[in-house]
Amino acid sequence: MNAMPKLDRRSFLVGTATAGLSLGFNIPFLNSTSAQGAPEINAWVVIKSDDTVIIRIARSEMGQGTLTGLAQMVAEELECDWSKVTTEYPTPGQSVARKNPWGDFGTGGSRGIRTSHDYVRKGGAAARMMLIAAAAGEWKVPASECSAANSVITHKASNRTTTYGKVAAGAAQVEPPADVPLKDPKDWKLIGKSVKRLDTLDKTTGKMMYGADVRLPGMMYAAIKQCPVFGDKVKSFDAAKVASMKGVQKVVQVGDSAVAVVADSWWRAKTALDAMPIVWDNGPNAKVSSESIGKWLKEGLDAEQAFVNNKNGDVKAGLASAAKTVVQDYAYPYQNHACMEPLNATAVYTADKCEVWCGTQHGQAAFAAVLEASGLPASKVEVYKMMLGGGFGRRGRSDYVTQAVLIAKQMPGTPVKLLWSREEDMQHCSYHPITQCRMSAGLDDKGNLTSLHVRLSGQSILTALRPEALVNGMDPATFAGLSPTGEAAIGYSVPNLLVDHSMRNPHVPPGFWRGVNVNQNAIYLESFMDELAKEAGVDPLEFRRRLMAKYPKHLGVLNAVANGIGWDKPAPAGVHRGIAQFMGYGSYVAAAAEVSVTGNKVKIHRLVAATDPGYAVNPGQIERQIAGSFVYGLSALFMGECTVKDGAIEQSNFDNYDSMRIAQMPKVECIVMPSGGFWGGVGEPTICVAPPAVLNAISAATGKRYRTFPLKNHGLTMA
Amino acid sequence: MINLTINGKSHSVDVEPDTPLLWVIRDTIGMTGTKYGCGIAQCGACTVHIDGQAVRSCGMTVSDAAGKKITTIEGLADNGVLTKVQKAWVELDVPQCGYCQSGMIMAVSALLKEKPKPTDADINEAITNICRCGSFQQVRAAIHAAANA
Ligand code: FES
Ligand code: FES
Repeated sequence: MNAMPKLDRRSFLVGTATAGLSLGFNIPFLNSTSAQGAPEINAWVVIKSDDTVIIRIARSEMGQGTLTGLAQMVAEELECDWSKVTTEYPTPGQSVARKNPWGDFGTGGSRGIRTSHDYVRKGGAAARMMLIAAAAGEWKVPASECSAANSVITHKASNRTTTYGKVAAGAAQVEPPADVPLKDPKDWKLIGKSVKRLDTLDKTTGKMMYGADVRLPGMMYAAIKQCPVFGDKVKSFDAAKVASMKGVQKVVQVGDSAVAVVADSWWRAKTALDAMPIVWDNGPNAKVSSESIGKWLKEGLDAEQAFVNNKNGDVKAGLASAAKTVVQDYAYPYQNHACMEPLNATAVYTADKCEVWCGTQHGQAAFAAVLEASGLPASKVEVYKMMLGGGFGRRGRSDYVTQAVLIAKQMPGTPVKLLWSREEDMQHCSYHPITQCRMSAGLDDKGNLTSLHVRLSGQSILTALRPEALVNGMDPATFAGLSPTGEAAIGYSVPNLLVDHSMRNPHVPPGFWRGVNVNQNAIYLESFMDELAKEAGVDPLEFRRRLMAKYPKHLGVLNAVANGIGWDKPAPAGVHRGIAQFMGYGSYVAAAAEVSVTGNKVKIHRLVAATDPGYAVNPGQIERQIAGSFVYGLSALFMGECTVKDGAIEQSNFDNYDSMRIAQMPKVECIVMPSGGFWGGVGEPTICVAPPAVLNAISAATGKRYRTFPLKNHGLTMA
Repeated sequence: MINLTINGKSHSVDVEPDTPLLWVIRDTIGMTGTKYGCGIAQCGACTVHIDGQAVRSCGMTVSDAAGKKITTIEGLADNGVLTKVQKAWVELDVPQCGYCQSGMIMAVSALLKEKPKPTDADINEAITNICRCGSFQQVRAAIHAAANA
């Protein structure tokens, strides 16, 4: 028997917790993990007798609105009353026990909606068919004569109606239909509507429970210190020195590279940890610096060997015969996600059971991490997903989950909440990878781009995190936005084109960071397009348009922002414009910026953004994603840099890794222009066009071109 | 023992006097609406009201807070009735991940008490909270909406 009661995640998520969360251990402990015994129509839909609809969401909500968007998709086909919809997360343990009815829990790559739209809509449609069948059975009429809308089933001929709640128990017994047709998109009523988020209220009252907020009876708190030099180890630590400090319970080693202090409050744990002498066992990585990494990557710009991803014509010959050649080098730094909520996980371990509460972008990966760290079988492991205080890619990795289990394992029966300090979080990220780029172009005598060689040099995320996804050693994700076809295709026709990558992987761990490789690739390509337009003496919009005849969707968003910003009319006095377009995650995106530059201060007045995601499930939330991602992307452009000294990251907190404030926020105008027929992502793609649009505007304002980042290194600040 | 008055209720806590107020609120008393984001008074996630003023609770010791009137996000709504700031937040769907929003709402509530109709410049000066999700456009709109409610 497991002494620890299970927490019902739903009570956190939808705020149905009966008591306030003001004091002590008053999280409700419920035995039933799903919907308190209400009938489950299928894996996606539970309907209570009061007509409440509980829609199960496998992906994780981290602010991007996927909880609401996915619920809209199910509800569209379910034909239920939207005002009665709540959501819950199935657990990864349930997923294993039920043979994975919810598919992938992974929430990254802007995939939440675009890779599950089909089966979640089918989940809703099948449930509707079963509810109708149950009502028709009760009425003894053919199901085909019944219709459903707004949670009400109607049999017109006999003028009878019933509600979903009333037939739910019967519907749960109905054989699931084999053939589940979906609505034609033109008949959608809820998809495409800017309904409000389902999770807002508790986020304004302090009730929303994030991982960091979990409290369990008898819980202790852990603070951790990991070896500052990535890959190096703990040599020794002096636990005796802090063992008698107030509240300290235990000092434990965590794996071979970290040490944690467990105490009766986090502050006491952290205070003791800071006081404890730790000696690290450093190897050659401790000699690595930003300079040494930069030098190594620079060599990659000239390397003979490189992975080729996109090639047509003969770039070498084209460059040699061009009327004019232009060559420029760019560089993009390491960056931290800096999720607002530092990483954390709470674990309780006994020989019979290991349970973990955490914010994770991938419930199944977190579950696998708990399995491995606990050594227990799947039937004895469970993970409860909490709200994420930001993810941005960082919470796709489960290192902090593993650590929580390794600590809890050394104190069986005691729940332990591991919380990273902001300093740990800053120094042990999976960083936005570091790259450099050499752009070499040939123009003909009319100023047309005839040859382009994009040479990337630098770090591969997939090599570090998903080596199985490499293609003969090549990391295809590195080329995001520069590929010949696919979900991140280049939008320009160049007769002689070569895009290649000299892979160089420093010891600093890379990771997926909102937008991932489109961030730097868009800066490289779209800055350089402006440089070329200038060399050619052609308007930057016109220069691009000439190359885009074969890319109507790329051109569509570019034209939309050009119109939106009023490109054909002069900018206000002292204001300068820049424009950029790109493609990522299956969506077409563009931005146009208006900036003014006074001394070293850059004021971004306006950003017009356009996105064509194929289908737009919730345009209002897409607009928030665009404006929000611009804050993330522009913070990175101006301020975001993690530098390496003696093998470790130098930055430690928001005082030296700054982030935009409201005063610096430009007016963002969004054009959401779904053209239909495909499903693109929305959380990440648009982020990448704001920086090059702003850089091009700065260049228009000052005549200067910045090619290394962040801009603070050139003395520029955001006004 | 240190005596604190939080949301009108008194609490005696047995902690080191130099413990930051934030951790006493979160861990000792167990009110988790006030968030930890940086611990060095940079991000504003931990903002509470001390005698009506917005204060970053990670930067104030518990002994300095003793005897003062402390309000946290949980103490804003009166018997479940949201304040006009909270209502505007709900109305305009401001929060994304929501983690910064307790602190944001506390900072904004203090601003509106001092300046019931703040200009954009007032907002820029007073609201310096970090939001990594980038909800600023909605935050600004909601501040004006609350001011005009
Ligand atoms: S946690 Fe106090 S200001 Fe960031
Ligand atoms: S809403 Fe996520 S940090 Fe502000």
